[in-house]
Amino acid sequence: MTKSSPNSNPSLAKAGRYLAFSLGAETYGLPVLNVREIIRLCPITPVPRAPEYIKGVINLRGTVIPVLDLRAKFQMPTAVYGERACIIVVQLRNPTGGSTLIGAIVDTVEEVIQLNADHLEPAPDFGGSPETQFILGLGTLNGGVKTLLDPDKVFLTEGLLTLVPSPASTPQNRTQTV
Amino acid sequence: MSSNDKAAGDSSDLLRAAELLAQIGEELAFVVPDGDAGLLPINRFVMDLEEWVAPTAAGPWTAGLKVVRLWLDEILDGSGKFTEDHIRLINEWHAYVSSVLDAWLDGGGMPDWPSGWDRSLVPGATTPVAGVPKPAADSISPQPPAPDPSPSAVLEPIGDEPSIRLNLDEDLELLREFHAESLELLQGIEQGVLVLETTPADTETINSIFRAFHTFKGGAGFLHLDAPRHLAHELETLLDLVRRSELRINAGIINLILAGADALRQFTHAIGAQLQGIHPGALIVVPTSDIIRRAKSAARGESVPPPVPAPPAPALAPVEVQPAPSTPIAGFPKSDRTSLEPVPQAAPEAKAPLSPAAPAREPVSGDPVAGFVKLDTAKLDSLVDLVGELVVAQSMVVQNQEVRSIESPQFLRLVRQLSRITGDLQRTAMSMRMVPIRGAFQKMTRLVRDLAASQHKQVQLLLEGEETELDRNIVEKLGDPLIHMIRNSLDHGIEAPADRIAQGKPAQGTIRLSAAHQRGGIVIRITDDGKGLNPDRIRAKALERGLIRADAELDESEIFSLIFLPGFSTAERVTDLSGRGVGMDVVRRNIEGLRGKIEIQSVPGQGTQFTIVLPLTLAIIDGMLVGVGEDRYIIPTLSIRESFRPQPGMVSTIQGCGEVVSVRGRQTPLLRLGRHLDRPFKASKPEDAIIVVVESGDASRGLLVDELLGKQEVVIKSLGQAFQNQSLLAGSAVLGDGSVGLILDVDTLVKAPGHRKISATATATPGP
Repeated sequence: MTKSSPNSNPSLAKAGRYLAFSLGAETYGLPVLNVREIIRLCPITPVPRAPEYIKGVINLRGTVIPVLDLRAKFQMPTAVYGERACIIVVQLRNPTGGSTLIGAIVDTVEEVIQLNADHLEPAPDFGGSPETQFILGLGTLNGGVKTLLDPDKVFLTEGLLTLVPSPASTPQNRTQTV
Repeated sequence: MSSNDKAAGDSSDLLRAAELLAQIGEELAFVVPDGDAGLLPINRFVMDLEEWVAPTAAGPWTAGLKVVRLWLDEILDGSGKFTEDHIRLINEWHAYVSSVLDAWLDGGGMPDWPSGWDRSLVPGATTPVAGVPKPAADSISPQPPAPDPSPSAVLEPIGDEPSIRLNLDEDLELLREFHAESLELLQGIEQGVLVLETTPADTETINSIFRAFHTFKGGAGFLHLDAPRHLAHELETLLDLVRRSELRINAGIINLILAGADALRQFTHAIGAQLQGIHPGALIVVPTSDIIRRAKSAARGESVPPPVPAPPAPALAPVEVQPAPSTPIAGFPKSDRTSLEPVPQAAPEAKAPLSPAAPAREPVSGDPVAGFVKLDTAKLDSLVDLVGELVVAQSMVVQNQEVRSIESPQFLRLVRQLSRITGDLQRTAMSMRMVPIRGAFQKMTRLVRDLAASQHKQVQLLLEGEETELDRNIVEKLGDPLIHMIRNSLDHGIEAPADRIAQGKPAQGTIRLSAAHQRGGIVIRITDDGKGLNPDRIRAKALERGLIRADAELDESEIFSLIFLPGFSTAERVTDLSGRGVGMDVVRRNIEGLRGKIEIQSVPGQGTQFTIVLPLTLAIIDGMLVGVGEDRYIIPTLSIRESFRPQPGMVSTIQGCGEVVSVRGRQTPLLRLGRHLDRPFKASKPEDAIIVVVESGDASRGLLVDELLGKQEVVIKSLGQAFQNQSLLAGSAVLGDGSVGLILDVDTLVKAPGHRKISATATATPGP
């Protein structure tokens, strides 16, 4: 907040509205513009040999969309989903037009918050923590710090969801996921 | 919004937009100043509208969407609450786009751009062409609004500009297709330009705009529409320089592309108007020479093309389509209405306001396809999707526990009746999409004739299996690849008659185009008896283009497949036909987009054969639902040869090859599906499991699964781009209980490496 002029860091999150949600003890924010809807946890069909953070696919009213486990994506310890767990359906715009829907399981959805420029600061360097690359910045509101996620990076789908190679050569060991 | 049946083809598309607008209208009713009620829903509906592709000239529409996007972003990025100004503006916008939509539906005039809105987004002149709105003249023009909306909206007198005249007699169907396709291409170009504005270096977009112009040029050339072809050629040349990084893209070039696209759109609309029977056979004049001149100077690298000069002629009145200045050529089809009109004035400057929109809807002269309805495929697709959902919903109802406990015989009869009707409905919906491939094939006849004539070659085209039926979506998307490949064969394959005779071949070359069903798919072959591919030359070219490294070790088929790389071309000169390297990469991409495969075989001196393997339909498969552990997978029934529970001793392990199952004396390699997929499975011994023998091409394989759960017709759903880099799954489907089942790609399973490295200890070798 000391030197958080919005222009000091081009990757800084923009002022605006964010959907706050939690994973474990941490709170995150996603730009509301990317949030299509929030649905209850439903049966998820696992996709074999997909990276661990891909929980599987669900049927969203006739459209099949992938669902990510954000805990796994951020390499947090896995936990049993509680009663309040739900799926945030994120809409990503493709540069070539059209959009992609992708689901993300979170522990709880909190609220939509308004963050102004003076609430924002650039992401600190966590020293190579896997999360860092996904962070737009931090938003501080009413004493709580929210990690603002870059949806395009977190949910970047093309190429990232390549299935791990055939386990035929090492059928006994679960192949290392990405 | 009232739906309006008068609007012929596009109305259901428009209805989708109308529905969204109505929803926005409802939300607007709840909006209050300093509140955020309705903000997110409105934003979402606007996003939907932005995705919805306007069917025709979208200038006022897209400009309107841009305006509202600005305002919504202002609100969302700012306080998150509506201000009174915003509410007023958004209400104004709602009224504006609603009347744009009405104009489309009813063919009325475009509404005026509301005062007080950003003038720089003002779309072009608002004179409607035959009920179709004018394209945006230049929606990104940085210059302040000028009285003259855009030079391209101005028609110069006949004489200075090349004109085209349509041959409606011979080319009616082709012109219709060209018209529809061009609108789509121009739409794509416009959208691409919008992307370029923000990311000028986006090569993918530059490529796609380039290809769009290329395709437009091809279509125009095919129909001998020289003026638009020439313009498209110049723009393509310009973009080619850009995509080869020989020219840096700048605002001038972007404006030029837009202006060019607008001019092409004017041609296209004029063609559309004539197809609807307005002044059929009239000359179509759209000024292109200025754009061509600017494109040429830009292509020479003159940094900024000179600013648009006023057209040389003083005629500034916006005129859309010039009626034939002379008496129409005798023998041209003319509706009664036209022939009752006085002979148009010969004065070239004569302003020619179009006939009012209403009569424009009259068909040309008699409906050539009586008994058929021309239908938007998007509607057909959504029908098939909806029927798929209906079938799923129906089976969910029938399988519901409480419903099953009802024992009334009458109820059961009704349920059976419902099931039968849904089944029939689904089959009918599916069959609506199956069409013979004939249409796509026959178009090639003319292509070959024209190309051969223009190159002084003698070529015959033999068609086989034209009656083969496949999904309409596939047939439609097959047109482009076929054109490219036939051109390729004719341009590069078939030799000039003298050369052929010198080699002891008949002077007349032969291109054979065949289609046949082959086990669950369709195989299309394009065979020519030309000179074949020259591996050395391809290799040298690929090296020169930097596509391969000098020390790359490639076998012949790998070298042949280099021609599918973007930017590859062996032609020495740039022609209309092929030889710019656009084409074969697109061909492969198109085919792969249809879940198909393409292969080349070639013998130097004897000819080249392209083999395309395609699925019959993209929509539905007959599937076998199998269980592995808790998972359920779908195996396409067409790939299944048989399934059985193995007896002890049928499965054995061959050192170094993995397991095999003996099926009637034949040893078939076995794949334990659960283990292969790295998922939990139940049966540890083959005797407790089921073996499903699948085949692909010549190879077959036994798949060990826990159980068979039943046969089911499923509607294939794409897994989306998230899973596009894998070949394990061919797609997914919504099962009877509403959950998702994954469709296995049999080809991948059959070709999956066996458990070569598994030692006997790793595999629970079955008892004898």
